[in-house]
Amino acid sequence: MILTIARHELRRLFLSPLAWIILAVVEFILAWMFLQHVESFVAIQSQLLGMNGEYGVTEVVATPLFGNAAVVLLLVVPLVSMRLVTEERRNKTLPLLFSAPLSMTEIVLGKYLGLYSFLLVQLLLIAFMPLSLLAGGGLDFGLLASSLLGLALLLAGFAAVGLFMSTLTQHQTIAAVSTFGVLLFFWLLDWARTGVGGGALPYLSLLNHTEPFLKGVFDTRDVVYHVLFVATFLALSVRRLDMDRVGG
Amino acid sequence: MTRETLLQVEGLSRFYGPLQAVRNISFEVRQGEVLGFLGPNGAGKTTTMQMLTGNLAPSQGRITVAGHDLLEAPRAAKAAIGYLPEQPPVYRDLTVDEYLDYCAALNRIERSKRRGAREAAKNKCGLTEVGRRLIGNLSKGYQQRVGIAQAIIHLPPVIILDEPTAGLDPIQIREIRHLVRELGKEHSVILSTHILPEVQSVCNHVQIINKGELVLNVSSDDLAQRMQSSVLTLRFRNTPELAAIAKLTGVRNVETAEGGSVRVYHEPSADPTEALVRLSVEQNWGLAALIPQRATLEDIFLELTREDIAHPEAARHTGAPAPLEAEHRGQA
Repeated sequence: MILTIARHELRRLFLSPLAWIILAVVEFILAWMFLQHVESFVAIQSQLLGMNGEYGVTEVVATPLFGNAAVVLLLVVPLVSMRLVTEERRNKTLPLLFSAPLSMTEIVLGKYLGLYSFLLVQLLLIAFMPLSLLAGGGLDFGLLASSLLGLALLLAGFAAVGLFMSTLTQHQTIAAVSTFGVLLFFWLLDWARTGVGGGALPYLSLLNHTEPFLKGVFDTRDVVYHVLFVATFLALSVRRLDMDRVGG
Repeated sequence: MTRETLLQVEGLSRFYGPLQAVRNISFEVRQGEVLGFLGPNGAGKTTTMQMLTGNLAPSQGRITVAGHDLLEAPRAAKAAIGYLPEQPPVYRDLTVDEYLDYCAALNRIERSKRRGAREAAKNKCGLTEVGRRLIGNLSKGYQQRVGIAQAIIHLPPVIILDEPTAGLDPIQIREIRHLVRELGKEHSVILSTHILPEVQSVCNHVQIINKGELVLNVSSDDLAQRMQSSVLTLRFRNTPELAAIAKLTGVRNVETAEGGSVRVYHEPSADPTEALVRLSVEQNWGLAALIPQRATLEDIFLELTREDIAHPEAARHTGAPAPLEAEHRGQA
């Protein structure tokens, strides 16, 4: 049942030009960055050879590319997630889901999975770029896998926040802007090095729990952080949709 | 054959903050009944329907659908309900077939049976020609039909339609009414409307709700009886003798109305028309017109929903004068 809703969401995303445009634009921008990274790799290749193989093409090209991708996706995810519930609320199609024999959790999970699978498609497209380097040499697959896992977890968090924000309002722009705000805030929590919270705030930062993956460090605590992050926002979404029924 | 009670509502209330939109409503719908839910705008029709379909949680009360409590076993109860909200919940960027397939899946119809369910629903709603068209490109009437198809695709015992004919042209209205009558043969249908002829033409049970309260709950037969309380309007060329008319059997009251016509109120069981005509000929009053008038549903509706004369909502919606007001008050 969850999959039915997820498939429906994904299909409707691809029915609108927005999804295609986003895939294309993100791919284009990241391809541009990718080429820059490749160029700089070529420039410093000879020096790297002298460094006893500590750094390879994966570190110099793939890692910064994924770092860029994280920031670009931070900007883009709100645009994809904004219509998730807002549009249904606007067009008054929510009663279809509410009066079908479904639980609120199924509805939320279905929508979430629909959005997340779109983002995974995007991630796959991005992953093809470093993979294309295989044509000319070897890659550090461990590092690549850990980076991709990190990005996938990060996107899971982005999607959860996006879904929750879109349950709050009828207006897509408001959903998009507030999603962006929340995501950026969680990103920048890292800056609160001193003062309030005394280290607690940076610990909540999305950035701090994603960077290790990009460096090839797999820490279960970071995984747990992301899972909890997602679960929190999904639970909030379920609560919010339930309020539609109860409140008013 | 005793007919099963499919929907049972007990003491249903709903508050929006301090405002009580629905007050302590109780009723039952049996198999094969078409229940007309009537009321002026803002009376609580939509709120009640939203509660019946699980879109809104009731503040108080119980709803049982086909034996399942809506709050305790929502999944089983919702599976037994098909709902068309005021605005059909359609995705404009899907084709009719795609949309109905999705609805079939949402209602947990097995994969192998979805196609059959979709085709059956399309047949019933006259959508066979437009299966491959985008819903957004269809006319309002067709979108409404898609909405109804969505509500009946899983063959629910109870179908709830919120103003199914709102915003349609007369031909479409006739078609939708025909469809509702057809549906009423197999399912129980609850239909909300503020259009009175609709109730008279399709429903076999009528409820009137006003300001959140149920003010009338009768079968159409009872309603027809109520409407029989009758009045005759007569016009004569010469001035008649009112006292003589008043003496005829069955006549309750005689009064002159504007334009020199005479209004005769009589018992529903004893129609004095024949005696009146004979009297007129004997006395040479020159009978020019004799118009029997029945109380319309509108009269009953108006009277029940009117708190005082200056209640603009009700008056505007029915738009009809209430000539029999005094008469009804006597009966009610």
